[in-house]
Amino acid sequence: MSVVTNTTTIGAIDAPSRRNTELALVVFAVAISVFAYANVGLALNGELPAGMLGYGAGLALLGGVAHLVVRRFAKYADPLLLPLATLLNGLGLALIWRLDQSERLARLPSFAPAASKQLIFSAMGVALFIGVLLLLKDHRILQRYTYISMVVALILLILPMFFPAQFGAKIWITIPGIGSIQPGEFAKIVIAVFFSGYLMVKRDALALASRRFMGMYLPRGRDLGPILAIWAMSILILVFETDLGTSLLFFGMFVVMLYVATERTSWIVFGLTMSAVGAVGVASFEPHVQDRVTAWLDPFAGWGTHAASEQMAQVLMSFGSGGTLGTGLGQGNSDLILFAANTDFILATVGEELGLAGVMAFLLLYGLIVERGVRTALAARDPFGKLLAIGLSGAFAIQVFVVAGGVMGLIPLTGMTMPFLAAGGSSVIANWALIGILIRISDTARRPAPAPAPSTDAEMTQVVRP
Amino acid sequence: MNKPLRRVAIFCGLLMLALLVRDNWIQYVRADELTGREENRRIRIERYAHERGDIIVDGKAVTGSVETEDSDFRYKRVWKNGPLWAPVTGYSSQAFDSSQLEKLEDGILTGNDDQLFFNRTLSMFTGEKKQGGNVVTTLNGDAQRAAFKGLGEKKGAVVALDPKTGAILALASTPSYDPSVFAGNSDKDAAARQKLLRDKDKPMLNRALRETYPPGSTFKVVTAAAALENGLYDDIDAKTESPLPWTLPQSTTQLRNEGNIPCENASLREALRVSCNTVFGKMSDDLGNKKMIEQTDKFGFNKEVFTPVRADASVYPEDNKPQNAMAGIGQASNRTTPLQMAMVASAIANDGKLMQPYMVAERQTPNLDPVYTHEPEELSRALSGENAQKIQQMMETVVKDGTGTNARIPGVTVGGKTGTAQHGLNNSEKPYAWFISYAKTDNGSPVAVAVVVEDGNANRDDISGGGLAAPIARDVMKAVIDSGK
Repeated sequence: MSVVTNTTTIGAIDAPSRRNTELALVVFAVAISVFAYANVGLALNGELPAGMLGYGAGLALLGGVAHLVVRRFAKYADPLLLPLATLLNGLGLALIWRLDQSERLARLPSFAPAASKQLIFSAMGVALFIGVLLLLKDHRILQRYTYISMVVALILLILPMFFPAQFGAKIWITIPGIGSIQPGEFAKIVIAVFFSGYLMVKRDALALASRRFMGMYLPRGRDLGPILAIWAMSILILVFETDLGTSLLFFGMFVVMLYVATERTSWIVFGLTMSAVGAVGVASFEPHVQDRVTAWLDPFAGWGTHAASEQMAQVLMSFGSGGTLGTGLGQGNSDLILFAANTDFILATVGEELGLAGVMAFLLLYGLIVERGVRTALAARDPFGKLLAIGLSGAFAIQVFVVAGGVMGLIPLTGMTMPFLAAGGSSVIANWALIGILIRISDTARRPAPAPAPSTDAEMTQVVRP
Repeated sequence: MNKPLRRVAIFCGLLMLALLVRDNWIQYVRADELTGREENRRIRIERYAHERGDIIVDGKAVTGSVETEDSDFRYKRVWKNGPLWAPVTGYSSQAFDSSQLEKLEDGILTGNDDQLFFNRTLSMFTGEKKQGGNVVTTLNGDAQRAAFKGLGEKKGAVVALDPKTGAILALASTPSYDPSVFAGNSDKDAAARQKLLRDKDKPMLNRALRETYPPGSTFKVVTAAAALENGLYDDIDAKTESPLPWTLPQSTTQLRNEGNIPCENASLREALRVSCNTVFGKMSDDLGNKKMIEQTDKFGFNKEVFTPVRADASVYPEDNKPQNAMAGIGQASNRTTPLQMAMVASAIANDGKLMQPYMVAERQTPNLDPVYTHEPEELSRALSGENAQKIQQMMETVVKDGTGTNARIPGVTVGGKTGTAQHGLNNSEKPYAWFISYAKTDNGSPVAVAVVVEDGNANRDDISGGGLAAPIARDVMKAVIDSGK
């Protein structure tokens, strides 16, 4: 130990890495998930499920390996992000497995058990998470790929247009032999990288080169270009892919990042105005969106005649029937929602079987992830890292709000998935990658500054020698 | 960049807060409303998750529950001899709701009723399976079977009451239906129900309670009661002032009798024995519309009767003079349910006291402890005991040597009145055959019956209350007496 440690600046003291806290929380998360799995088995069949050991071991392995990689390669990372993701993923698996047991869903021609696939997707997600931590030694490397990211994001967003619509929305790419991919989930991350890189460079131009008009800063036309482009793009997504959720997500993320980069409130006003204009404009002629709005306004009015309304009514009744404490895992009838019960509407199963208490717990778990992300953004020392962290966590928050708000009837339903919870490969893999990047940024942010070089002058003034 | 970051953090917090508030709104504030919605299939799933309690006749269950596999409704209702009991129990279908006792006593049958609260709480602790309670009816199985056997293939209805208590002993309606065929939730059940609904004979119509018929000559006992009660006549064997022919008031139409019967100034007893239209038509006219309505009110007309299953109101409406005269002989505009005419017969048999008709004697917990026992209840005093006995004498004459001889039971005093009600425009349709009666033993009267047969297939000349309906009434009364009830 060098002599400087107890005599100079505070930064020289090793910051606690909190890796043991993280380990304890991961163990806890796995234990809760295994308990939930056992609970479902006991409620449905009166016995512990046969796959419990395998499931528990699988989840413990994923969490454990991820933890070891974080411990080795991102020593100072935020200790909450990994356990939260593990818990949500684990509980999601238990919920999906519970819905797999539903006879009502099994009668649907489009239904296939999803729990085992979801476990494989989770493993792929954790693999990508590990890959991010191993390959991305420093998040600032991503700055180099700003414009490549833009191209990749555009391709990912435009690609589904050339594939047939599924369930009323063109958001899937179907690859024969592999299955369907929802590129929107991956585009979310790639586009955040592009925005961060672009805004980091242009933020001064956007913030300062503007005219003051009626108390607001009006940006110059050439700076207004990108925001108009993004707005147009999100409208195009909405029109051609009829994907309200994704377009809301991208536009919201862009406005948030723009605001953070420029510190100009006027951007938010523009953003809200434009999204409102766009949404109302599209809703006035797009039947798919109109359906959703009708279903949102009065779900029970369309009972028996209007599929979207009926689905929404079923979801609401599912929540209502759960009440404060819920029926208990495996003992509800949330499968009455039928279609997409294990994807878009999985929160309804939480609502019915774990009740108000359960849903609030889940919302708080998501809230905590967002909070850790924003905290990472605050702690990050470089503008690119700040923007990337706030972009990713903002997108995460908007996605949770749009999905949960849609399912609970707060806003019209948009058809996105609850991160980690819902069945679906693209979502779980992409969100593990998102957590990986946040962990990398938080590691860089919380890493103690290198100890200052020992200065002989300092020695002289500090130590009084006889 | 930290200031906007903090604001974004607050924004994200607000998003989460909005979700939490919304969640509390739908899962706490609106929870009961959403749970209780009729669209909510969970209610029915829960409802059919347990064995339903039974409806009991003569100590034996006439209903049951079977476990089914084909849907999320676990138990399905079944009936033992469904067509026989359907007019009493109604139906209880997974897909098509329920009716009559199955609906009205649903709380007991499902076990959710407050009366079973203590029992339910107890079994929660003992870990017993949830089960519904039972409903014990007043019906007499033998009488019910006799009624159905008598009606046979014919359309019609029979109601038998215990005059002393008002207990319903038989409640038959033909053609009947088997509620078991659509108790489930499958396409087959839906098709079976559709077939029943489309049937032009209307098998699901409860003719005993929900169909009103012109009562025909059976109504003359009501007119006689009104005459005696209002002091128009006193002695049933004294001559009445009844010219023959008699012309309807405010009209030139002469009221006719069936055949050449001795109706001129006939005594009440004689007029009822041979069923004189002129005597009773004039009597109704002499009393006037208001007094007739008053008397029918006392017999329970002009309002719905709850047994607890609702029976349509029988009506004796406000009318002009000729119509009122016609109504006095059970034609024109008054219409009654078979239950109502059984109530008339039972009030007379019970010396003027009309008892509230009922069919639920007891409600029981799943372990057969009674939680409710019906106490007989007087509905009204239809006429004085003295006058009731006079009418009894008249009705007994009808059976002894009048139009109702087909209802005679050896060793039992039987009083009755036949009726052949014309209906349709200008009597174009075949008439309804009526018979109301009571039997009397040493212990008073155990049974009063009303029978109506609307048989479009019978030869018109054969249709008469005495010929078609009286034998059915006789068999039902005999069944009640023989079963010692």
